[in-house]
Amino acid sequence: MNSAGVDSPLLRCSDLSKYYGRQPGCIDVSFELWPGEVLAIVGESGSGKTTLLNCLSANLEPTSGTVEYAMRDGTMPNLFDLGEAERRFLMRTDWGFVHQNPADGLRMAVSAGANVGERLMAVGERHYGKIRHSASDWLERVEIETGRIDDYPRTFSGGMRQRLQIACNLISAPRLVFMDEPTGGLDVSVQARILDLLRGLVSDLGLSVIVVTHDLAVARLLSHRMMVMKDGRVIESGLTDQVLDDPQEAYSQLLVSSILQV
Amino acid sequence: MKQENFYNFAYLDEQTKRMIRRAILKAIAIPGYQVPFASREMPMPYGWGTGGVQVTASIIGKDDVLKMIDQGSDDTTNAVALRGFFELTAGVESTTETSEASIIQTRHRIPEDDLTEDQVIVFQVPIPEPLRFLEPRETETRKMHALEEYGLMHVKLYEDIATHGHIATSYAYPVKVMDRYVMDPSPTPKFDNPKMHKMAALQLYGAGREKRIYAIPPYTDVVSLDFEDYPFSVQEWPDTECGLCGATEVYFDEVVTDDHGGRMFCCSDSDYCEKRRAAGHTGKQPDQAAEV
Amino acid sequence: MYVAVKGGKKAIDAAHRLFADKRRGDRSVPAMTLEQIANQLSFAVDRVMSEGSLYDRELASLAIKQSAGDLIEAIFLIRAYRTTLPRFGASRPLETREMRVERRISASYKDMPGGQVLGPTFDYSHRLLDFTLAADGEVADPERPDEAMTAQLGHVAEILDREGLIEPVPADAENEQPPDLTREPLEFPAGRKLRLQNLARGDEGFLLAMGYSTQRGYARGHAFAGEIRMGEVEVEFFAEELGFNVPLGRVKLTECQMVTQFKGSSKVKPQFTRGYGLAFGQSERKAMSMALVDRALRWEEYGEELVAPAQDEEFVLSHSDNIQATGFVEHLKLPHYVDFQAELELVRKMRREIEERDEAESQEAAE
Repeated sequence: MNSAGVDSPLLRCSDLSKYYGRQPGCIDVSFELWPGEVLAIVGESGSGKTTLLNCLSANLEPTSGTVEYAMRDGTMPNLFDLGEAERRFLMRTDWGFVHQNPADGLRMAVSAGANVGERLMAVGERHYGKIRHSASDWLERVEIETGRIDDYPRTFSGGMRQRLQIACNLISAPRLVFMDEPTGGLDVSVQARILDLLRGLVSDLGLSVIVVTHDLAVARLLSHRMMVMKDGRVIESGLTDQVLDDPQEAYSQLLVSSILQV
Repeated sequence: MKQENFYNFAYLDEQTKRMIRRAILKAIAIPGYQVPFASREMPMPYGWGTGGVQVTASIIGKDDVLKMIDQGSDDTTNAVALRGFFELTAGVESTTETSEASIIQTRHRIPEDDLTEDQVIVFQVPIPEPLRFLEPRETETRKMHALEEYGLMHVKLYEDIATHGHIATSYAYPVKVMDRYVMDPSPTPKFDNPKMHKMAALQLYGAGREKRIYAIPPYTDVVSLDFEDYPFSVQEWPDTECGLCGATEVYFDEVVTDDHGGRMFCCSDSDYCEKRRAAGHTGKQPDQAAEV
Repeated sequence: MYVAVKGGKKAIDAAHRLFADKRRGDRSVPAMTLEQIANQLSFAVDRVMSEGSLYDRELASLAIKQSAGDLIEAIFLIRAYRTTLPRFGASRPLETREMRVERRISASYKDMPGGQVLGPTFDYSHRLLDFTLAADGEVADPERPDEAMTAQLGHVAEILDREGLIEPVPADAENEQPPDLTREPLEFPAGRKLRLQNLARGDEGFLLAMGYSTQRGYARGHAFAGEIRMGEVEVEFFAEELGFNVPLGRVKLTECQMVTQFKGSSKVKPQFTRGYGLAFGQSERKAMSMALVDRALRWEEYGEELVAPAQDEEFVLSHSDNIQATGFVEHLKLPHYVDFQAELELVRKMRREIEERDEAESQEAAE
């Protein structure tokens, strides 16, 4: 890690608001994300957490405010001042995005190996043997049998698809990964395995992660820090253990008690 | 009054020709980039060469000599019909000899003999977008070209190798022009791809239905996409020679000669074959060359 | 003797002579005149004018005769002729309110000012073959409507408009030149003006199927035929050098305004929305289908979901043109043997590789 990465944040979000017409999506959000940090954004559906994630990952242009990102060259530009070419390049190299539905992040009609290898080919890798070697290496890391490298994702179970999507994102050695309900829609037993895998990969690779979830168990297992959102605003933030064990806001207390006591 | 007098020289009105020439100039300035142009309705159907015909009509002059080929041959039905169109509307001289022509309009082949700086080859293009079968949306493919996002193209080639052990694209094999735009060489067999590289003649590509013109200027780098460990290669016919003229390093037509599995190979480029025979070369089945 | 097929030109000429002979048919039967076609096959003529984008009954009749009744081929002939004509400019917007109405019906009101004018139609007939026609039975003169019925008639949508129940007609900049598909390449997103132009030239059958699909749940919205009117409209051209509008003549048109409910949003009160169709001559099926598809394509304006093919601008506009479609489908008749040879070589190679592998494996097994 270079020195700039240690004493400056990886991503800085300042006064970010997004309105749909007059309907607010998220309002006045500010925070910093540091290298190696995992931040969970929690809240009920409609709280604005997905809108916020889409703005942070430059998929949605905010109405006001900025999202600055520490590029590898040491500069820290506002994402929305970058050209589309630069943004898309970031997305397929320095970032990852794990969708709730793996089909949104995979090419279902293309083999697992080609899915995993796509990012390498996109940045100019032109040696079939090397691409295949990396792809099979990554399948192993996400616990998919390498013998299935030429199978299509549609022949995979939901949990395998999600693990495949994770491999597709991590092969380019990204510094920041966005996750949108990465275990939503999976069986509880499968969820546990994915969370375990994610936790291992995140710490092994020193990834920075912003994960959106309505599931406080996911936040507790994965994140160092969390933000609680309600009606588009961040109403509480802090170290994950502190917020979960001693929530200050009435809404956070309600959220924690309603879920963790079950 | 003769039919041609109803229409302008080479059918198109002069304003339309100017519009097309502007598109051609832009295409030459940005090699491999697909320039949208206001393709006209032509008196031949879409998919039958309207793009090539409009390009040819826009660049042809009274002194030009036109060669018209389809599948490498001057005598296939569509080549005959299109040659007739220019004879009728432009009254220009036409030829079957590659070396005599100043403009060669072609569908599916590039002649075997090297072309020269004094020649222009015009390709008829059905689907100009090399990414079309990977991404059906024009709005998306234009963005991919603009941002040079060509990873998907290699995903396809990767899949070929994973499935078949080699790249299984035999025609319309994608190329990269001047290290920038990925381009569809029209459905010529990949056998012809190496001829596009640093070709002395100007290459113009016209797609009428899809309303696109693109070009490769003379002596431009054209590279067929591949992998380092699976390099591009052309079709080969081991131990095969033209039954009529004995040529070996050419693209072959396979002709079924009877109902009992009999077949022979002969040059796809009919002018090339005739030239060789006139120079005294013969193949093993010269008696088959009798003309109908 | 079969090889290296020669004599293409001779064979083509012969094929054309055969077609000319087939088209003429039995010489003892009198040849059709263009007047007969223009008068007695008027729906065919109207369709060829509409999709050929050229208002000329005589040329359309000639095209139908020349194509032996293949209407898409006739449209093709008209298009190829039209493209050589010089373009002087765009006419003033047509005032369909001033139409000399021959037929005007509304499905959304039982009666309205001017009434329901049924006009010439087979809508209400029993579809029984009429053998008196086979016997060349003479037709009695109909009663003609009186002058009052052909005077100026307001549009049915105006009734809704007065109450603010329907979206206003989009304001259009005066003298703004409309886009011209035949002079500019189609680019996406196209916008409504270009879409309507594309649909007006679009294939009746394609639009019918697309419009029909919106009625079967592939896109939302239950449409009412607010009004269908047919009749002649004056065409005027603004002559720069004269400084005033010059009448060019009259064209017969069919116009359809579909009315579809829109539930509104937090900002916009519920109201009806419009779908618009216009075609040359009497072409009601075409105008109605066009209006349904126009409305479906406007999903974005109303914040609706894109869920159906008929809403998909790229899909609809790229496939509506029957001349483009027929050309590309039928070009499969052209020789493709060079590419086929490439595929043949590839398939043989792939088969050979598998055979060699199997052989090697069975040898290994034997050892």
